[in-house]
Amino acid sequence: MKIEPPVLVFPSPSKSRNRNIGDLVFKNLTLVFAIVVLSLVFVMAYEMYKGSSLSIEKFGWRFLWTSVWDPVKGDFGALPYVYGTIVSSLVALVIALPLSIGVSIFLSELAPRWLERPVSFMVELLAAIPSIVYGLWGMFVLVPVVRKFIGPFITRYLGFIPLFNGAPYGFGMLAAGIVLAIMILPIITSISRDVMMSIPNTQREAAFALGATKWETTKIILSNAKSGIAGATLLGLGRAIGETMAVTMVIGNMPQISAHLLDPAYSMASVLANEFSEATTQLYLSALIEIGLLLFAVRIILNAAARLIVWSVTSKFAQ
Amino acid sequence: MELATIEELEAPTMEIPQATQPEIKTIPEKMIAQNLNCFFGKTQAIKNVTLSIPTQKVLAIIGPSGCGKSTFLRSLNRMHEVAGGTMTGTVLLDGLNIYDSDPVVVRRRVGMVFQKANPFPMMSIFDNVAAGLRLNGLGDKNKVNEIVERSLKQAALWDEVKDSLNKSGMSLSGGQQQRLCIARTLAVDPEVVLMDEPASALDPISTAKIEELIYDLKKNYTITIVTHNMQQAARVSDYTAFFYVGELIEVDDTKTMFTAPRKKRTEDYITGRFG
Repeated sequence: MKIEPPVLVFPSPSKSRNRNIGDLVFKNLTLVFAIVVLSLVFVMAYEMYKGSSLSIEKFGWRFLWTSVWDPVKGDFGALPYVYGTIVSSLVALVIALPLSIGVSIFLSELAPRWLERPVSFMVELLAAIPSIVYGLWGMFVLVPVVRKFIGPFITRYLGFIPLFNGAPYGFGMLAAGIVLAIMILPIITSISRDVMMSIPNTQREAAFALGATKWETTKIILSNAKSGIAGATLLGLGRAIGETMAVTMVIGNMPQISAHLLDPAYSMASVLANEFSEATTQLYLSALIEIGLLLFAVRIILNAAARLIVWSVTSKFAQ
Repeated sequence: MELATIEELEAPTMEIPQATQPEIKTIPEKMIAQNLNCFFGKTQAIKNVTLSIPTQKVLAIIGPSGCGKSTFLRSLNRMHEVAGGTMTGTVLLDGLNIYDSDPVVVRRRVGMVFQKANPFPMMSIFDNVAAGLRLNGLGDKNKVNEIVERSLKQAALWDEVKDSLNKSGMSLSGGQQQRLCIARTLAVDPEVVLMDEPASALDPISTAKIEELIYDLKKNYTITIVTHNMQQAARVSDYTAFFYVGELIEVDDTKTMFTAPRKKRTEDYITGRFG
């Protein structure tokens, strides 16, 4: 029997050229979108730098080290805001980090599958709550609790340490730290869980086969995941530093530097939100924009570092 | 000339696969699996297997992919349950049922080497080997040094790494990593070493090194190796067990197994007619 060679049908040249043009347009269009996103960052940085140049020229580095904030005399120093932001964010980190690591260990190493999914979902749901709602909850639930219970309790038993002392208002750095802790819990937890889950099962098997207990195996997984967890922590810190609404509602909004966690304070983001509409002079506005520029720079650096770290861990095991 | 019909060529075999009772009676048994059934959820991976593992010999387990040989191996040190499997039956280690003992203790006595080398990436070569010792709470530095050196020598890796013990275990080649994992397993001084296709991801030279190693190790250890490579089974093992779809078809000393198997299915497999 004779076998006929199959007839090959090529698309006609004109048709294929049309399709190529479609691809070309598509590729360049998406490229433009990507460039727009990238240039937005640079344009924002440039605009903020330009907007704050008056303040930068007048105060220089002194802006960061002085704590006078006098719009009438035109003298501005951002130290109380920087301090309030750093302290409330660190409080948040101290509270959120152990909780997040605990939850992510449970989710990735211990929880049965039927429990892991809903718990992960609930944790991520925390991130979906608008920050104004956290702020309201902070004002009406957390602040009274801090005033009536947590505050008196820690001043009585830990009051000899200056850190655990302060005014009995309820509003203050501790309340802000607690609200922030809840807000950054989801991001630290979900990234830590993803990092730990990205570590291949062969590592767990290696540990188990050596006679490791569940806890010892988890320690080995943690040692593999630690830089990823550090990255997740930096991302959480970045969120805490930039958080505005909820903090503004519970931190007390007093520009002072106090060693006592219970004392009211102010944060960089809060002062921006509160005072922009009142900024009557060019210099005042410029000083506020400089705070914005600082926040912008710190968050970009933190986020970039965090993403790099997380990426380096997860890509190491992805073969 | 008339062609034979298919029926005439392949005489129907009436063989019903049964759990063959092991023939190894003259050698003391280190481990015995009795009426072992292993499951993943509702899927049964091992069906009523009874098999003994002779002391200080190498037992090879062969069979086509998916025949349950790895599952059987992993049920011998309770790793089957780590992957979420369940089982019924007993596995005796020196006469005691390992499923009545603490899995942590069982795994310290029955070590395991995996198909893919899995050194701990954040640890140095030294720390990788010492990992199991530290889990056991051995703090004496001189003792740890001594055991690490001995284990690396046993794994035929010492000469290649003795000057770079502080380097990451990941800096080694694939074959070296696998020998590092063998050293790590040997460091905790197990009585039985289970190997799950330890050379299947390695090049021929590294494979030869691992095989030599297995040959040397049986002086001190009881070894069970799963392999899909029949030449390898023939080279390194004293006894061979053939598994097929979750059942133990036949077990015998390796020479008999490869020259005069009793079951047709075994013969078909080792002569390459299927699998």
